[in-house]
Amino acid sequence: MAKRPTPTEFIVERDKDRCIACQVCVRMCSNDVHIYDADTNTVTSDNSKCVGCHFCETLCPTDAITIKKNESSFKPNANWSVSVISDITKQAETGGVILTGMGCDKPYTIYWDHILLNASQVTNPSIDPLREPMELRRYIGRKPDKIELDYNKKGKIELKTMLEKQLKLEVPIMFSAMSYGSVSLNTCISLAKASHELGIFYNTGEGGLHKSLYKYGKNTIIQIASGRFGVHPEYLRTGAAIEIKIGQGAKPGIGGHLPGEKVSKEVSEARMIPEGTDAISPAPHHDIYSIEDLRQLIHALKEATDYEKPVGVKIAAVHNVVPIASGVARAGADYIAIDGMRGGTGAAPKVIRDNVGIPIEFAIAAVDARLREEGIRTKVSLIAAGGFRSSGDVIKAIALGADAVYIATSALIALGCSQCQKCYTGKCNWGIATQDPYLTKRLNPEIGVQRLKNLIRAWSLEIKDMLGGMGINSIDSLCGNRTHLRGIGLSDRELEILGIKSAGEPQ
Amino acid sequence: MNRNISKLQRIDARDLNYRELNRLIKDAANEGIKNIHLTNVNGQRYIGTGVNNAPKININGVPGNDLGAFMDGCSINVSGNGEDGIGNTMNSGRIVINGSAGDILGYSMRGGEIFVKGNVGYRVGIHMKSYKNMYPVIIIGGCARDFLGEYMAGGLLIVLGLNRKSKNPIVGSYCGTGMHGGKIFIRGNVEPWQLGKEVRVYEPNKNKDDFSLIEKYLRQYCELFSLDFDSIIKTNFTKLLPGSSRPYGKLYAY
Ligand code: SF4
Ligand code: SF4
Repeated sequence: MAKRPTPTEFIVERDKDRCIACQVCVRMCSNDVHIYDADTNTVTSDNSKCVGCHFCETLCPTDAITIKKNESSFKPNANWSVSVISDITKQAETGGVILTGMGCDKPYTIYWDHILLNASQVTNPSIDPLREPMELRRYIGRKPDKIELDYNKKGKIELKTMLEKQLKLEVPIMFSAMSYGSVSLNTCISLAKASHELGIFYNTGEGGLHKSLYKYGKNTIIQIASGRFGVHPEYLRTGAAIEIKIGQGAKPGIGGHLPGEKVSKEVSEARMIPEGTDAISPAPHHDIYSIEDLRQLIHALKEATDYEKPVGVKIAAVHNVVPIASGVARAGADYIAIDGMRGGTGAAPKVIRDNVGIPIEFAIAAVDARLREEGIRTKVSLIAAGGFRSSGDVIKAIALGADAVYIATSALIALGCSQCQKCYTGKCNWGIATQDPYLTKRLNPEIGVQRLKNLIRAWSLEIKDMLGGMGINSIDSLCGNRTHLRGIGLSDRELEILGIKSAGEPQ
Repeated sequence: MNRNISKLQRIDARDLNYRELNRLIKDAANEGIKNIHLTNVNGQRYIGTGVNNAPKININGVPGNDLGAFMDGCSINVSGNGEDGIGNTMNSGRIVINGSAGDILGYSMRGGEIFVKGNVGYRVGIHMKSYKNMYPVIIIGGCARDFLGEYMAGGLLIVLGLNRKSKNPIVGSYCGTGMHGGKIFIRGNVEPWQLGKEVRVYEPNKNKDDFSLIEKYLRQYCELFSLDFDSIIKTNFTKLLPGSSRPYGKLYAY
């Protein structure tokens, strides 16, 4: 049989009249698409290698390049799409599992787009956020059921209840786990420094902590996953909180392999494994086979850090997320981060990313409702994650019951990411998902910090506007307040699980 | 000079829960006390976890799960048996168990030594790893159950099978599954059914480096438990190494 190459996804169109053969594209494309021919002094391209990241377009000084989707590679077919044919071809050639990067791109219903927010009219005046103070601050951690006050000797009122350690967030948004190794150090620095300046937190992922990041410890959630990479006493002491990673929305139930090529000298130091070796994270933590075992690890970490830090647990949104979350709360977690099926990843088997898990909208609504029913909602904070695209998604998640949200993909888009989904190749042209020094220097952390701060500032302003419109002046009052939400285009069953009424139904 | 250094502190663990007991241990260590003797220990967890200044901790009784979890530098001696999770993600130090121990001993440990006189349970030494001069070592005097050294990435695991009844296998099945670094030495022979797909069996004791590696730690072990090194080393050892440092490199289509 003649070998059929995998279909070409993109076509690089070069306007010959504009191209001055400056070769910027030749030098800059990490996928070696552009080729310079010195004899004819022309630049041509090998379309088959293009991943559609649009980096060359942004660099070309004469706007000569346009990247177009190759529409003609196969006859359009709703069932046997180009990506299906291309995956089968690749597997016929290699016998391997198809990898991908970033979050699920299948057109499953995005429930955020079927939920509408409320606003005040006449009976309950809206609040003008430009005039009135609006409170976006959140505290993450276990809350007491009641608070006891007492008079002290001087006759002043004092708090008698011992409060558990809390994370103080100036805005209910944090940067979700991205490990150094899956992303570049410049990406980590951007996230860490922006968190520090914004009064929020970023999460190390399971890659340990690079020495230059220790100074941002107060704004760092350190993660512990099944491989326990880079976990040592100083790491534990440095973070503001510790997160046990059980699962990830993009790949629930499976482990991860960081290939040796990405374990550079610096990555190896942070992970504390030899340079160039594969970093293999087993699917489960082999010391956690039950809720009881989870409880044991939570308390081992508390004991290791003298009960000074909240310990959270991150789980993927799967069918049984409700009882699992209830178990996690009872195991003593200070917060539960739930990652929905649209959450991103540096590398995951495509079949798992696209077929396993449930959307975060259902997970957060169902878990919040169950924890309230069981009377343990105050014992644990809920953090929602998995594909938050805008402040609208964020505020809806909070009204559905989240205390705060984790964002990662949108943070990377702010840093340049074009969603080409090729993170697993380590050739990210934007200097994000790569360890190649030639590529990583393309991301200037100073500019990165500014862009992340801008994004969070913009979303905060929008959230304040929406809150004010609802007549609420504190994000606290919106948490789990589903009366402010209405569904549109949803079945009764979906509305029931989301715990919201249909658009058109009054209070 | 710290006057506490030579001081010994005795702590009676009777009726103390683990948090109370561990607080007392941490306080003593923070004062610079180098010798801590615990009596009447009965299932209290996390002893040695988060303890500074690397004291010696002597335990009479049975410590609970996660003994020495995340431990850094302490030296723990248990007069009897231990439970599950001993030396979980341990960084450095030494744990000596004069009896037998349970499951998941040395999970993900990166440094230090765990010496067990008797048998151990399932999933022992999973994902041990070494880094630079940190080199974790586990020596088991008796036998180990299934999944020994699974996902092992570095360090040294030795199983001696002393006083073993011939019908009891020295290690269970799936030994070294997913192993991609480190070395396992098993005294005597192992059968193919006992081994994970990713390990390769090598002729024992052929190599002088192997012998000196075993000798370095086994002599200390024998001294601790008053065993005769020469008679133990006489029996051949089976050496298990990973077949590849990248067992899953060919799993994916790029
Ligand atoms: S830079 Fe990106 S878009 Fe341009 S040719 Fe290379 S892979 Fe394609
Ligand atoms: S991080 Fe880089 S490789 Fe990954 S999707 Fe974004 S642009 Fe592509």
